[in-house]
Amino acid sequence: MSADRSFTLDGRRVPFQDGQTIMAAALAAGVYIPHLCFNPEFAPHGSCRVCLVKVNGRVQAACTTPAAVGQAVQNETGELREIRRGILQMLFVEGNHVCPACEKSGACQLQAVAYYVGMLAPHYTHFYPRRPVDASHPEAVIDFNRCILCELCVRASRDVDGKNIFAVQGRGIQAHLVVNTPSGKLGATDFSVTDKAAQVCPTGAILTKHRGYEIPIGQRLYDRKPISVVGDVATLAESKGGRRHE
Amino acid sequence: MSTLETAAQPEYLRRIAIDPLSRVEGHGKVTLLVDRDHHVRQARLHIVEFRGFEKFIQGRPYWEVPVVVQRLCGICPVSHNLAASKAVDQLVGASQITPTAEKIRRLMHYGQTLQSHAVHFFHLASPDFLFDFDDPAAHRNVGGVMADFPDIARQGVRLRKYGQEVIQITTGKRVHGSGNVPGGVNKALTLQERNYLLADLDLMIQWGRNILKLIKQAYALNPGYFTHFATIHSNYLGLVRTDGGLDLYHGGLRARNDRGDILFDHLDYRRYAQVLREQVKPWSYMKFPFIHSLGPDKGWYRVGPLARVNNCDFIPTPLAEAERREFAALGEGQPVHLTLAYHWARMIELLHAAEAIQELLLDPDIFGDELVVCGEMTREGVGVIEAPRGTLFHHYRINEDGLIEKANLIVSTTNNNQAMNESIRQVAERYLDGKELTEPLLNQIEVAVRAYDPCLSCATHALGQMPLYVELVEEESGAVVDSLTRDVDGVVRDAR
Repeated sequence: MSADRSFTLDGRRVPFQDGQTIMAAALAAGVYIPHLCFNPEFAPHGSCRVCLVKVNGRVQAACTTPAAVGQAVQNETGELREIRRGILQMLFVEGNHVCPACEKSGACQLQAVAYYVGMLAPHYTHFYPRRPVDASHPEAVIDFNRCILCELCVRASRDVDGKNIFAVQGRGIQAHLVVNTPSGKLGATDFSVTDKAAQVCPTGAILTKHRGYEIPIGQRLYDRKPISVVGDVATLAESKGGRRHE
Repeated sequence: MSTLETAAQPEYLRRIAIDPLSRVEGHGKVTLLVDRDHHVRQARLHIVEFRGFEKFIQGRPYWEVPVVVQRLCGICPVSHNLAASKAVDQLVGASQITPTAEKIRRLMHYGQTLQSHAVHFFHLASPDFLFDFDDPAAHRNVGGVMADFPDIARQGVRLRKYGQEVIQITTGKRVHGSGNVPGGVNKALTLQERNYLLADLDLMIQWGRNILKLIKQAYALNPGYFTHFATIHSNYLGLVRTDGGLDLYHGGLRARNDRGDILFDHLDYRRYAQVLREQVKPWSYMKFPFIHSLGPDKGWYRVGPLARVNNCDFIPTPLAEAERREFAALGEGQPVHLTLAYHWARMIELLHAAEAIQELLLDPDIFGDELVVCGEMTREGVGVIEAPRGTLFHHYRINEDGLIEKANLIVSTTNNNQAMNESIRQVAERYLDGKELTEPLLNQIEVAVRAYDPCLSCATHALGQMPLYVELVEEESGAVVDSLTRDVDGVVRDAR
């Protein structure tokens, strides 16, 4: 890496390596850009749009935009914060995200990013979709109400676990997560709670069965420090499967 | 039962509504139908909100339920959380939780009893003791108490704060925490937390004693009023522990009749459906429970502080037990039926809660590290607890995947439904009948309801073919223009 292979991020010089995206370079430099569908272990997806930054004045997704010499990237601006807050608000009203009762609350990336961008209320009218809970698997439960279509479980199951258990079906507003079996039930698959797919969900959509609320309030992942300091759910080994972290 | 439940010819009567009922938790109203000579012909307590928790938790994972259902209430959510947790313990086969888990749960429960009783007495009910019925309505509230009796108001605020701190330390938050998990709790106490809570406890106990002095003084000043106002004779239901002592967390069901004879005792609360039934009436969202063997007309009962203090053989903490003995003397060998004595009994319990917290804080088990047990899964669980407002039943059935299939909640206030209606009818007959109704007179109705400390928002959950009574009321005059009834069988008919 040479000193001239760099771009500026909010005026700070950030070095990068060939092939790195703005997001990857920023994370390597210790700069947080809010994101949900991005996970450094998987190919960029660019679907959640939370990581939008301004590159030379143009709004682009940091997770899919290759870093280039001389880019002037804006991240922490009022305008981008407003856009991100709007995206988060739409994600919240599109599903049924009932934080007060959710066992992932306090250790949920969606909730933590929402707090980070200053979202304190949903603003938009709730869709209140009717979505079932799939508890057919003996070890895990899928609450489709909490799915934000980040496809991390799809990618993890396909690319790491080699099981290809999940998929997104439908287009546009009809898009929804499905289980790749004739019955559509997780219980009919060879899914395991030790799978990578069980550990990457940024919300409380995929959870271990028969347990919850095991970490006391005050000790949960994001109770004391914001996500910009703590990091992502999926990249923290101690929080695997939404379980107790030490 | 009073004859004022349903007037024979309501179309000729004038309708007066006390809407909303003030200084109670939730939204309710009382309607009176009076004739031209100001005689009250009908008096009903209505709950005007609908919650529906029994329905919308269907299909949710069982381990989530205690945290969901505590959102029933903001005053005593710990009760719902604990009742549901006790039911969930049965679902996960935790027939006996660890001593540490049980004592932490008891601590949170007595903490919430302390704060809930303090809220009711100081913030909601104390104006009824400290001011006259005809005191201006704008002054007859906690603001008036703060202005005229700042020391009393301050004690109320501090007592509540203390109870909430106990809750925060055991559940993580002052309101709607998550300390209970299937088969136990998620944390014990640290020495630092214990010492923090111990620091103010003697003061809380002293203030508890002071309040009882205040209530006894109020009684001594006007024993006739206390003795007769809204007083009704009823059965009583509540939990008692194996030796007959008062226990707010766990025990068997005991019921007494109005003479104090025991109807059933130490009944395993999982068998509650064998002794209790619920009646539905078209004019109320709230069901009417009754003791099955006595039938709906004679089997209705009271729960809550008055019932508990009447029902138990003793209170297992010394200061509260001394107060109970003094209180029980009022009944001269029979239960104390005075409705206003609910306040007295409630403050005896507040003192007991403070004493119980002290015992628990000095118990080394609260520092233990064995927090959770589990066993063989079952499909059905019943959790019962003595909530601040009375016996609270949570009953859940799950499917083979662990999702809630059916839920039945008999909430404390629901148990008192008939009794509250009987009390307002007694007040209507004794104090309002034949008089031109004025605001101070109508306030007496509210005083009667308030004695029960009803939590109206907790009380209405069943959804489906519930009976309904719908009135179309002319805004200016209050006259009923039209009305329809849907009976329990689903048939809709003209109610006029």
